[in-house]
Amino acid sequence: MTISLSKALVIDKLEVVFDRFRALRGVSLDVMPGESFGLVGESGSGKSTLLRAVAGLAPTTGGSITVNGKLLGKSRTKAFYREVQMVFQDPYGSLHPRQTVDRLLLEPLAVHGFTDIEKRILRALDEVGLGASFRFRYSHQLSGGQRQRVAIARALILEPSILLLDEPTSALDASVQAEVLNLLEQIRRDRKLTFLMVSHDLAVVTHMCDRLMVMQNGAEVERLSAADLAARKVTQAYTRNLLVASDGFVRPDIPAV
Amino acid sequence: MSTLLTVKDLRVQFPTRTGVVDAVRGVSFTLGRERLGIVGESGSGKSQTGRAIMGLTPPHAKITAETLNFDGIDLLKVSAAERRSLRGNRIAMILQDPKYSLNPVMSIGRQIVETLRTHERVSRSEARKRALDMLAAVQIRDPERVYDLHPHEVSGGMGQRAMIAMMLITGPELLIADEPTSALDVTVQLDVLAILDNLVRDRGMGLIFISHDLRLVSSFCDRVIVMYAGHIVEEIAARDLHNAKHSYTQGLLNCMPKIGADTHPLPILDRKPEWAA
Ligand SMILES: Nc1ncnc2c1ncn2[C@@H]1O[C@H](COP(=O)(O)OP(=O)(O)OP(=O)(O)O)[C@@H](O)[C@H]1O
Ligand SMILES: Nc1ncnc2c1ncn2[C@@H]1O[C@H](COP(=O)(O)OP(=O)(O)OP(=O)(O)O)[C@@H](O)[C@H]1O
Ligand SMILES: [Mg+2]
Ligand SMILES: [Mg+2]
Repeated sequence: MTISLSKALVIDKLEVVFDRFRALRGVSLDVMPGESFGLVGESGSGKSTLLRAVAGLAPTTGGSITVNGKLLGKSRTKAFYREVQMVFQDPYGSLHPRQTVDRLLLEPLAVHGFTDIEKRILRALDEVGLGASFRFRYSHQLSGGQRQRVAIARALILEPSILLLDEPTSALDASVQAEVLNLLEQIRRDRKLTFLMVSHDLAVVTHMCDRLMVMQNGAEVERLSAADLAARKVTQAYTRNLLVASDGFVRPDIPAV
Repeated sequence: MSTLLTVKDLRVQFPTRTGVVDAVRGVSFTLGRERLGIVGESGSGKSQTGRAIMGLTPPHAKITAETLNFDGIDLLKVSAAERRSLRGNRIAMILQDPKYSLNPVMSIGRQIVETLRTHERVSRSEARKRALDMLAAVQIRDPERVYDLHPHEVSGGMGQRAMIAMMLITGPELLIADEPTSALDVTVQLDVLAILDNLVRDRGMGLIFISHDLRLVSSFCDRVIVMYAGHIVEEIAARDLHNAKHSYTQGLLNCMPKIGADTHPLPILDRKPEWAA
């Protein structure tokens, strides 16, 4: 286990079962500190479940998860959430609509007993490009992109070293997506963060990640570098299908009736 | 091509404490039995345009239009009951937020069955079979399992497909699809588009396809409307989208990451005040 000491995240033969349904079937991966690792694959293949398992939100039945050299048990400690934070898939559901931005950012700070709250909230807002004027808005008064920035600010405010990002931009339009992706890259560089990021958009994943894993039906299809994916050096038919599908819709040649 | 829908100078306004929000500001277009794309940034009025046609604008908002006509029916004049019946039978909308639009305390299968049974007199077992077939058609693996799951037990993309199944099971003549595939992986996305494409081609359905995925819209739709700040800045044949003239449309195209292109940071949109004019 000496190797895993130098890794930010090691997932080994992870199993997750809901009722009798095996959502993860022995998935393994490892991420180096400061690396950005991507997960792509079929809808329902277990990508969100994998992130949720790391965050302690899915019922694991086998395998292990090691974070910064520490093997995780069944429950997560407060200290864990200072190291690992998650940005959820659904920007509409993940923030309580009737809470102000201030409340949303204050809560994790209060839970973890921070005292320099004022300073941290202002810095977090500034970091995600939202001015102090957003501080007392309710989340239902924000656009989708602004909400996602708040979700990222909330994840960053405890200064974690690992960020789990579940489709951080799939609900955003192209212009806001570019802003959020640039923001994430800059923060990763400045803070030497490690990313584990889900996206179904291969262009987003190759833009953001060094390596990635393709998943289908709760298991790995293949693991490859983003450069190999971009160069279409893939070994599995499913990955090739994803690449072809990424080129857009092709209308079948059927004469009109 | 026969016209199914005519929209002329549609306006939607929300009175708020700090003044009036002009969500839609004079939108005009016609729709035949074709695929019309609507693109544009967050907050540009795409969903509110769709909702106004559907009759789902919040009651405190003000809607005006010179014409809002569906197949000879003046949508601004019909009674609430008629509007409801149109909505159930002839016009359907796949809402942007599947997790909000699905009933959290009812299983996916029952929701589809209830939708079907409010439109058609079918037996329980027939309804169940058709719901399962529809789930299979939208590429849900193991429809029998998913039929009994509640919305919080399905993945993002499965919830979205459940919503699509629910809207298609009644066979609408006009379908407004608001970001219907944003949570789907690219192969399932194309399968769902193929279903919509068949409905347009074989059954003559009219489709309004709202999406921020310009690549998808340009390959799938016939025409595209580009919206900015509540109005239309450009209308263009979908296949010509990459040659768009308006600087806003070009800007949107430029900020998308492309496989193999290594541009860091991505270009961002430099918004011009004249776009909103
Ligand atoms: N609470 C739950 N109860 C039962 N099944 C669940 C639950 N949560 C997830 N699942 C199942 O686990 C599988 C994987 O779901 P997951 O959300 O991880 O998929 P995903 O890869 O993130 O898909 P998407 O791209 O659509 O978001 C799905 O079949 C889903 O129905
Ligand atoms: N209930 C409301 N009260 C006040 N303003 C509203 C309300 N609902 C919507 N709006 C405003 O109307 C405008 C258009 O919203 P709409 O939902 O149509 O945008 P959209 O183009 O669909 O954006 P997105 O891509 O984020 O879904 C936005 O500025 C929004 O803030
Ligand atoms: Mg998911
Ligand atoms: Mg919308």
